[in-house]
Amino acid sequence: MTTVDLPTTEGAHHDEAPSHPATSTGLTNEKVAMWAFLGSECLLFGGLISTYLLYKGQSEPGTIRPHDIFDIPYTSVSSFVLLMSSLTMVLALSAIQKGNHRALRVWLLTTALLGGSFVAGQCYEFTVFVREGLNLRTNLFGSSFYIMTGFHGAHVTIGVLMLLSLWSLSVKGRLPSEKAEVVELIGLYWHFVDIVWIVIFTLVYLIP
Amino acid sequence: MSTPEKTVEAADHGAVHAHEHPSDLQYVYIALFLALVTAAEVAVYYVKSFKGLLVYILATMAVVKFSVVVMFFMHLRFDSKVFRRFFVTGIILAMFCYVSVLSTFHIWHR
Repeated sequence: MTTVDLPTTEGAHHDEAPSHPATSTGLTNEKVAMWAFLGSECLLFGGLISTYLLYKGQSEPGTIRPHDIFDIPYTSVSSFVLLMSSLTMVLALSAIQKGNHRALRVWLLTTALLGGSFVAGQCYEFTVFVREGLNLRTNLFGSSFYIMTGFHGAHVTIGVLMLLSLWSLSVKGRLPSEKAEVVELIGLYWHFVDIVWIVIFTLVYLIP
Repeated sequence: MSTPEKTVEAADHGAVHAHEHPSDLQYVYIALFLALVTAAEVAVYYVKSFKGLLVYILATMAVVKFSVVVMFFMHLRFDSKVFRRFFVTGIILAMFCYVSVLSTFHIWHR
């Protein structure tokens, strides 16, 4: 992506450049990079979900199968929690765009708490499954299930850490409205982990 | 090196912030819709008479939820087409990955 030299007035301060350079596409490089990253993440999760779908029915007979242990009502509540965190995230972005920093901090913290609840729920679910005899080495279903949902959980955890960092920056007054795009970029990442879970919840948990 | 006029043209073409995003209330309505679809998904899972159509119904609902989040919460409906191309390319490649592995398991190993 090429940057464009805009004409400057003689004597103008060069360090007063706009926060985002004018580019040949008119799009900020950070946002283009984030969407390219999310496109590549589709491939990562596509590979993990494909592996799960192809392996889940190939476990040895007599070992634990998916619908022997899944607790659908419990996972439905987790899914609902993550889905609602997308709402609070988009409200956080809306708040900073309007210059309402108090609301920004409330919504960022709410999103982080909802994300943390989801991760805690996933840890509890894993504990229950291990107690029931399903671990990484039990069968192909166990291996592919833990790898796929574990990668997703790691993504949510990274998202929670980024949200808490944003909240911390905002508390210190280092997140002015001009930097709303930072919130937007982390929001894109957050919504992405939500849509990955939408796919996992349906393909892994609900479809037999 | 582009001229400033060209940059402005490119920005217009990119349609950055060209359309208004939904209001906070509209975001709440969208979230309510998503919650209702999730509830419907779980309900359909327990209805035995839907067993034959379960896969199709659940897949349709998941596609609807996925699209709504991408279009409205991720603002892909209002943002530049460049972002849409990045994302759709990723999804198409992910599907290609699944079909490739599926064919490896079910066709090529014989």
